[in-house]
Amino acid sequence: MIKIEHLVKNYGSHVALSDVSFEISEGEIVGFLGPNGAGKSTTMNIITGCLSSTSGTVTVDGKDVLEDPLEAKRLIGYLPETPPLYPDMSVEEYLNFVYDLKRCTLDRKAHIGEICASVRITDVRRRLIRNLSKGYRQRVGIAQALVGNPPVLIFDEPTVGLDPKQIIEVRNLLRTLSRTHTVILSTHILQEVQAICGRLIIINDGVIVADRRTEELTRVIRDNRRYRLRVAGPQKEVLELLRNLPGIERAEALTERDGEAFSFSFESAAGIDVRRPLFFRLAERGYPVYGLEAVGMDLEDIFLQLVDHPEQSLESMAAARSRRRK
Amino acid sequence: MLAIYKREMRAYFTTPIGYIFAAIFLCLSAAVFSYSTIYQLSADTSTYFTVMVFSFVILLPLLTMKTFSEERRSRTEQLLLTAPVTLTGIVCAKFLAAFTVFFACTLLSSLNFLILYTHAQPETATILGNLLALVLVGMAFLAVGIFISSLCESQLAASVVTVAVLLLFLVISLANSLIDVAWLRFLLNGLSVFTRFQNFTRGIFDIAAIFYYLSLTAVFLFLTVRVYDRRRFS
Repeated sequence: MIKIEHLVKNYGSHVALSDVSFEISEGEIVGFLGPNGAGKSTTMNIITGCLSSTSGTVTVDGKDVLEDPLEAKRLIGYLPETPPLYPDMSVEEYLNFVYDLKRCTLDRKAHIGEICASVRITDVRRRLIRNLSKGYRQRVGIAQALVGNPPVLIFDEPTVGLDPKQIIEVRNLLRTLSRTHTVILSTHILQEVQAICGRLIIINDGVIVADRRTEELTRVIRDNRRYRLRVAGPQKEVLELLRNLPGIERAEALTERDGEAFSFSFESAAGIDVRRPLFFRLAERGYPVYGLEAVGMDLEDIFLQLVDHPEQSLESMAAARSRRRK
Repeated sequence: MLAIYKREMRAYFTTPIGYIFAAIFLCLSAAVFSYSTIYQLSADTSTYFTVMVFSFVILLPLLTMKTFSEERRSRTEQLLLTAPVTLTGIVCAKFLAAFTVFFACTLLSSLNFLILYTHAQPETATILGNLLALVLVGMAFLAVGIFISSLCESQLAASVVTVAVLLLFLVISLANSLIDVAWLRFLLNGLSVFTRFQNFTRGIFDIAAIFYYLSLTAVFLFLTVRVYDRRRFS
């Protein structure tokens, strides 16, 4: 649906994007991830035709954004970082304006009504945009992108600045939309893409450092064998016990202390579940277990790793992480 | 394009700016008209047209200062730039909206002339020629204002700069008394909007001036399109 080839963008001498290529097929929901200033917005602005690339091509459904801009733009609904709202218009007037601007041919009243219902702004339809809360404005921004029912939706950081409840609402909305649209979502919040996106493209300093399915990343997290243990007992002896228990590798004491309870971290050997023997051994010695939990490798770690060492595979990353913790 | 035109027109009259413009324009034209003709017991309209052209320097930036600067400041321009509309379409729509407001006010204020006909025999051809020139000067000024608005992010800056530039365009030939170089004087006279306008007030229908005003309009609208085109690449 969207094909980007060798995209380069320079701002004067500053290189914002260097040789970015990827392809997104119909119906995919892709998370576009990167720290601030990595080139996310630049890429999105180029796809939507706001900016021109220095070199490289972008096609949307076979239509080149530079050569056939009007046709390409018709296929895209775009929510920029700041929703492009006219504060002196009411929501209804605004959506009608966007409807005319995009030269829609759908039934005006039904279409706008449908959009309002789906992003839940029906109750504020007659209010001036200037008087709306941030959450509502964001939703009007999303509504604007939906006008004309474009097959591709591009959202630039749609949940920034919203309160937690609004974030959940917007995410649910995006999930619903992804059933019927191709969606690109840019964000620097990892949980967001993890929750919604089927695929992740990670960009840093204008270069794509990873392009994978979200499950692949999640699998690495699930395979993790690191645990955290809290035991009420003398620190030294518990550590000794851990180190002597077969199947435990790399046990270490953490600095954290809660009354008489100390915290430890350890890693189990592959294929062995040490939790049961560990529990009984500690019980035997009279050291009650206050907590035992598996510590996942979160996307945060993966992300930082990828950004620092883009060439490393995920598997070696997991190993690198263990080494680092040790 | 029609959508943008309609929105612009709406914006003029949901914000006070359209009313302020119309009020000042109509009051001023009525006052100047009654003073220069009725009080003077004269059917000579040259003073009226001269004063009106000068008043445009202050009045027309009111209509153009917001056109692009406001869109840029509130980032609504991204909506326009990602919509299936051409840049030329956007610029023309905004220009036409400003022109419509201006033209409507000029038409309304032209009712003044009817009073002249009840008391004297004014030269209809001269008045029509002057009106045409007035409208064309307005067009050119609006185009200049829109161009400057596209360069600024603040309305205030846009309006101040526009006033300065328009004044320069209008009176550039005043510098002629200080200049000895003949070709330079010729050039400044050619560029001066007012020198050309004086021909009309003297009752001369100056085709070259009409072309000059139209060219000014076209050049500045084209430059506005280029500003946006350039910005995409920078």
